[in-house]
Amino acid sequence: MTEETTAMPLSETGSGSERERRSPIEWLRDQREHRAHLFLLAIMLLASIAVIDFRTWLVLTISGVAMGAVLFLMASGMTLTFGLMSVLNLAHGAFISLGAFAGGTVLAFWLDGFASSPSFLTNLVAIIPALLFAAFIAGVVGLVFEKLVIKPVYGDHLKQILVTVGGSIILMQLIEVIWGPNEIPVTRPEALQGAFLVPEALPLIGGIVLEKYRLVAVVLGLAIYAGMLWIIDRTRIGILIRAGVESREMVEIQGYRIHLLFLGVFIAGSALAGLGGVMWGMYKELLTPHMGDEMMISVIVVIILGGLGSIRGCFYGALLVGLINLYIGFVEPRLAAVATVGLMVGVLMWRPQGLIPVIKV
Amino acid sequence: MAEPILKLSGVKADIDQYHILHGVDLVVPKGELTVLLGRNGAGKSTTLRTIMGLTTLTGGTVTYQGQDITRWPTPKIARAGIAFVPESMGIFGLLTVRENLVLAAVSGPMDEARLQWIFDLFPPLKKFWDKPAGTLSGGQKQMLAIARAVIEPRDLLLVDEPTKGLAPAIINDLADAFDQLKEQQVSILLVEQNFNFSRRLGQTVAVMNDGAVVHAGTMAELAENEELQQDLLGLGLGAHQ
Repeated sequence: MTEETTAMPLSETGSGSERERRSPIEWLRDQREHRAHLFLLAIMLLASIAVIDFRTWLVLTISGVAMGAVLFLMASGMTLTFGLMSVLNLAHGAFISLGAFAGGTVLAFWLDGFASSPSFLTNLVAIIPALLFAAFIAGVVGLVFEKLVIKPVYGDHLKQILVTVGGSIILMQLIEVIWGPNEIPVTRPEALQGAFLVPEALPLIGGIVLEKYRLVAVVLGLAIYAGMLWIIDRTRIGILIRAGVESREMVEIQGYRIHLLFLGVFIAGSALAGLGGVMWGMYKELLTPHMGDEMMISVIVVIILGGLGSIRGCFYGALLVGLINLYIGFVEPRLAAVATVGLMVGVLMWRPQGLIPVIKV
Repeated sequence: MAEPILKLSGVKADIDQYHILHGVDLVVPKGELTVLLGRNGAGKSTTLRTIMGLTTLTGGTVTYQGQDITRWPTPKIARAGIAFVPESMGIFGLLTVRENLVLAAVSGPMDEARLQWIFDLFPPLKKFWDKPAGTLSGGQKQMLAIARAVIEPRDLLLVDEPTKGLAPAIINDLADAFDQLKEQQVSILLVEQNFNFSRRLGQTVAVMNDGAVVHAGTMAELAENEELQQDLLGLGLGAHQ
């Protein structure tokens, strides 16, 4: 470190190439400050690869990313509703369950014929409607929920907590009324069952076994993340959402009705929770009314970790939580549950506003 | 005096348990620049916020172009053609300069000619077009705030202390911008503490004290009458500056 810094003045004559001459430590420090999310992800990948055998590591990493992708779907809606209106919706988990049941019904009862065909394309005839139906049902219930439950308690966190926990209990009871109190098994569509075996002949990755469903979850999660980033970064609605997260009042002063925007985001967030729910339901292959609620701790960790209101932060938060769960679960299973919360505590001590801060809490 | 574009009659407003406005009567003539003067805490900013529907009225009426807008929600008031630049400027710091302006153009894509006019008024906005607005200097932020207010033709601008904390050179640029807006017959209600700046631009003036308008008239009259300045503003401003 000191060597590089003392060498700096000598190199002043050749200006313009400062970037190349910066010491690696400075570069690292810069990454740590400005790309905290990538820095942490890199550290986690490197640390785990150092202790875990490469092939196992690869399988764990893909599974971790798959879990991260599903977590991201579940958490993205909640981070936006909090960012935009500082609404704490603790009923978010109920929307996850609702999506899982709605989508599961399509897969297991309505279009089960298509789902049990060995052809992937025929399976899609069941999978796509299941995803859309889950998103639709969760979105519609989200619309009603916002009007009835959330709207009267804007701006009051204590009331929001009480009222949304109550709403969540009602929603879960309604699920029991409609679908019955028993757990419902949902088998994955035929083509998504089982695993790939990577041919032994391939160097490095030969012989590893990858569950097909996890690969699908990774692809779907990344696709939805890319779509959301496009909306948030490139479209007028996206600009409006980012502006609203910064200042509601200024958005209204510009002539936009923030409540309408919020309602739209709440519906979209509920629909995404529903989508995450179906994905989670197919992952677990078992539906219970409380399955969404059980994910809430992880969801809350993800959004706090990433920085409330930040889509990017939510994505990286979800990846980190997914990965640490799998890595620690492999190395020392008893610590898996502690690891998630430990990660959050560690990050908050380092960056109290999360990895990618958007709003000042 | 030209016909009024905006008229406040007996406007009362509270913030929490404090009575801030005690019956404000104010007329903003169409196509003129009206300066609202007064000490800190006199209620100038609250008056602007009340017009925009951001502070709840407890009494009185606000009439804009013959319509009673007293109970209108803020977005509706904005879309009726009133632009508001708050004292804090309200720039979206994480959005780029371009995105700030895209949002401000509520009715659709930005008009190229108008954008060019804004670039001529405030060249830094062109230079930092794709930079986050939060990285701009104070003066540049103020330029952006005003550009946002005029990116589309508006009938009335409410501007709260645009010169606060800015260097004299930038204040001159702002004054030029207001001159051009005056030429375009935009009505402006400007809250100011900088008397030189207000004297240069203002045609009409209103002075507030303790939540009410205590003097209204032409700027020429106030600028010439140092006794009146002393009386209303508590300072012999002309003598000092």
